[in-house]
Amino acid sequence: MYNFEFAKPSSVADAVAALGDEDAQALGGGQTLIPTLKQRLASPTKLVSLKGISEMQGVCTGDDGALCIGGATSHATVAAEAGAYPALASTAAHIGDPAVRNRGTIGGSLANNDPSACYPAAALGSGATIVTNSREIAADDYFQGMFTTALDEGEIITEVRFPVPEAANYQKFVQPASRFALVGVFVAKYADGVRVAITGASNDGVFRWAEAEAALSANFSANAIDGLSLSGDDMINDLHGTGAYRAHLCAVMTKRAVAAAS
Amino acid sequence: MPKDGGIGASSKRREDVRFLTGVGNYTDDINLHGQAHVFFLRSDVAHGTLTSVDTSAAEGMPGVVKVFTGADFEGVGSIPCGWQVTDKHGEPMQEPAHPVLAQGKVRHVGEPIAAVVAETLAQARDAAEAINVDIAELPAVVDMKDALKDGATKVHDDLNNNLCYDWGFVEENKAATDKAFEDAAHVTTLELINNRLVANPMEPRVAVGDYARGTDEHTLYTTSQNPHVIRLLMGAFVLGIPEHKLRVVAPDVGGGFGTKIFHYQEEAFCTFAAKACNRPVKWTSSRSEAFISDAHGRDHVTKIELALDADNNFTALRTETHANMGAYLSTFAPSVPTWLHGTLMAGNYKTPLIYVNVKAVFTNTVPVDAYRGAGRPEATFQLERVVDKAARELGVDPIALRRQNFITEFPYATPVAVEYDTGDYHATMDKLEEMGDFAGFAARRAESEKNGKLRGLGVNCYIEACGIAPSNLVGQLGARAGLYESATVRVNATGGLVVMTGSHSHGQGHETSFAQVVAEMIGIDESMIEIVHGDTSKVPMGMGTYGSRSIAVGGSAMVRATEKIINKAKKIASHLLEASETDIELKDGAFSVAGTDKSVAWGDVTLAAYVPHNYPLEDIEPGLEETAFYDPSNFTYPSGAYACEVEVDPDTGKVSIERFAAADDFGNIINPMIVTGQVHGGLAQGIGQALLENCAYDENGQLLSASYMDYAMPRADDLPMFSVDHSCQTPCTHNPLGVKGCGEAGAIGSPPAVVNAVVDALQSAGKDVTHVDMPLSPDRVWAAMNG
Repeated sequence: MYNFEFAKPSSVADAVAALGDEDAQALGGGQTLIPTLKQRLASPTKLVSLKGISEMQGVCTGDDGALCIGGATSHATVAAEAGAYPALASTAAHIGDPAVRNRGTIGGSLANNDPSACYPAAALGSGATIVTNSREIAADDYFQGMFTTALDEGEIITEVRFPVPEAANYQKFVQPASRFALVGVFVAKYADGVRVAITGASNDGVFRWAEAEAALSANFSANAIDGLSLSGDDMINDLHGTGAYRAHLCAVMTKRAVAAAS
Repeated sequence: MPKDGGIGASSKRREDVRFLTGVGNYTDDINLHGQAHVFFLRSDVAHGTLTSVDTSAAEGMPGVVKVFTGADFEGVGSIPCGWQVTDKHGEPMQEPAHPVLAQGKVRHVGEPIAAVVAETLAQARDAAEAINVDIAELPAVVDMKDALKDGATKVHDDLNNNLCYDWGFVEENKAATDKAFEDAAHVTTLELINNRLVANPMEPRVAVGDYARGTDEHTLYTTSQNPHVIRLLMGAFVLGIPEHKLRVVAPDVGGGFGTKIFHYQEEAFCTFAAKACNRPVKWTSSRSEAFISDAHGRDHVTKIELALDADNNFTALRTETHANMGAYLSTFAPSVPTWLHGTLMAGNYKTPLIYVNVKAVFTNTVPVDAYRGAGRPEATFQLERVVDKAARELGVDPIALRRQNFITEFPYATPVAVEYDTGDYHATMDKLEEMGDFAGFAARRAESEKNGKLRGLGVNCYIEACGIAPSNLVGQLGARAGLYESATVRVNATGGLVVMTGSHSHGQGHETSFAQVVAEMIGIDESMIEIVHGDTSKVPMGMGTYGSRSIAVGGSAMVRATEKIINKAKKIASHLLEASETDIELKDGAFSVAGTDKSVAWGDVTLAAYVPHNYPLEDIEPGLEETAFYDPSNFTYPSGAYACEVEVDPDTGKVSIERFAAADDFGNIINPMIVTGQVHGGLAQGIGQALLENCAYDENGQLLSASYMDYAMPRADDLPMFSVDHSCQTPCTHNPLGVKGCGEAGAIGSPPAVVNAVVDALQSAGKDVTHVDMPLSPDRVWAAMNG
């Protein structure tokens, strides 16, 4: 990697100030950024670690009953402490391997918006609110395509608020090498309807499957998916599967998520 | 019961104490005073003409010691190839030059163009980025069949075309084989791919070059399976350094799997640069570099045909294979698809007529060479797949069809030029049927079906040729080396022994198992024996470790040297005991006079050898050190039968291995625990090839699976608990230990079992699937089911 300055502020305000420098880059758990730096594919002048900001750590329940997770909270902590939302805790518990889960953060994952990451499906599938240092962004507005989000330059995810559903489940079919999601489907049933968010499959990153949501909102059973299908035309086509295969897996994993939802 | 620490005992691996507690001494642990670091600037295009390499900016960068390009190596030799194959017309293969740094052209992604030596690796890398390389890109030659078409772009302009050789074996059998196909009652045909693999040893390759100006002596520390071979190839052919001025050390090596046999450019570079810079030069491969610079394995495309008579006897076998050589000929590359592949096509069967055709092809990809099994997995895979397919076409039990055609009388001369000395294929199949509980399969299948899964059972046999190899034979076949092994046994005055072996251990546990052999022969505790390997300054000569040859060839050399030691010690003992030499017996570490209670301990004899006060100096020299070279009279032929049970998820195509049984015949066994571990490792690699590993290039010659993000290595949860047995033992008839070798068996025997099982599962669901190419990844299996 190239040389860079390193800052580890203890408050969001200090972090925002530090990120004001040209070519400064926020550092969450570093599970994507550090390998990128090691390959010399990025050259920030300064890394601003968010790990030392205590107000961005931990899991709690908000006044409205939503589960609130600090932006710098590790996957391992979510897995251990998000018991109020079991499907979310389980999703976190199956991201990467123990090393990844102990370093990686929810804010880092959502800011990166890798098209095969798990958390974007959980956030979009839950209709979560992405809270930053300056505003609140609805998940539906936040994800804007592969590696693209509504975040502005220097904006920090301080918290993510998840409304707790009546039932939910995440089904991940792993890519054999990376064990990222080849297709991951997050299904959540709320009083006002069902949300289905799919990661890993689309060239446009995480997306909601509206047709399945409508069918499941009318009838929350795996059978409701029968006959529904997605087109593989705009899906990722790579060494590990064609777009058609991914489209097929979307339906299979959706059914399994519904069947397993609790 | 075996003695503690002797032959047959599962002694704990003594080397694991250092490996597991972090105190091993790997090449990257070696840091020499004044050492500089090299970073290689590698081609990011598959094929192109180097129009300019401008290093002027890099040379002035901080910390830079010297920048090298191909021009610095114009007077230096080509990286040599160790095996010359003769084609079916009697002509030698086409053999291109292989420069240390690219000369004029780049021919694969990863080929080194320039090298920066600097105070630190970061400085070297910074400077390498300042090198300005202009490459006029040329069309990449990737697909082997396209490469052989008229008018195809040539990988090497100075060769006639991209065909390294067109090999026919046995050419004299061709007409009779073709005739047998005309007369056959049934012919089964299968086209398949043996997928390209990246070896990925845990330890990447490392080289440290050192030069002593005062004595004009070079030392290379390197991650090698055969340091003496590197000394010979690099010294004699590349750099022109005589052996007495070149020491090569391969200290602890963290896995090789074949890819650390070969002599690589980076070794020659570090040795050369250490003198040019007059300071040690170190290179440690990154994992990313390893993917594009370590020799790859396999990559065969084959059509195989099996002819049977009306009684289902195999009457003939015919194959056509395209074998990828990559852009240059790696050390043993030409031998892999020929002499390590064609000679094994008889397998376990008495097929009377066999003809094998192999076209070896140059492409703009990383060189391909031996990888665990080397040619024998390719032979076994196609043969055991076509036999399975034949059984299905004929509606006969695949085990019965195999048994019917087994070779049962030994020695057996195959129609592909080798003679199996011994074996018992029914015995391993009997053992497999017991281990695999085939009787319970139907119930297990029914249980799987209840859970919505398809269950399949796949069985196969294998044979391999190990203990490589008789020197006079391989010399006739084109080897540019002898394939004997040497050992020196040095007994110290107080009775301890040091065995210096030309075999090299890079995970196999030689330090333990070799010591067990000597402990057994002398009757002393294994802790009195030290095994030394991996240093040309200590071991007289060595051909190294590959082809499951260490115990069969290196162990035999050690036995011969130890026999010489015992003979001399008996002479000394007879003098000390004032008895006739013919009456001296060695038992439990003491020499006694037969029929008396007179004896003298091992340590008293060894002391006498070095303090010869009471010693027959008129008859024998003092001291107790002997060297032996052992050249095998034949290959060894381990064999076995493997069974795999899979569950396939019909909704996703995901294959899960539920049971795996391996019944092997390795002849005599030195350390059963180590043998079991070797089989486990081999199975993991074979199953990795069958289910997961896929080294893929795009049409531009870019490696698609260039990291672990896309190259799937087998992990513990991809594998079942293995059921492994090696109680079937037909000892090798021609080496002193009766051993055959066990290192590659698992990787050779397991891929067809997996594929046979998956095909069985799919057919059980009525799918018209006769073959799926490896790796059987979920998308491929799903596509096969829904094709």
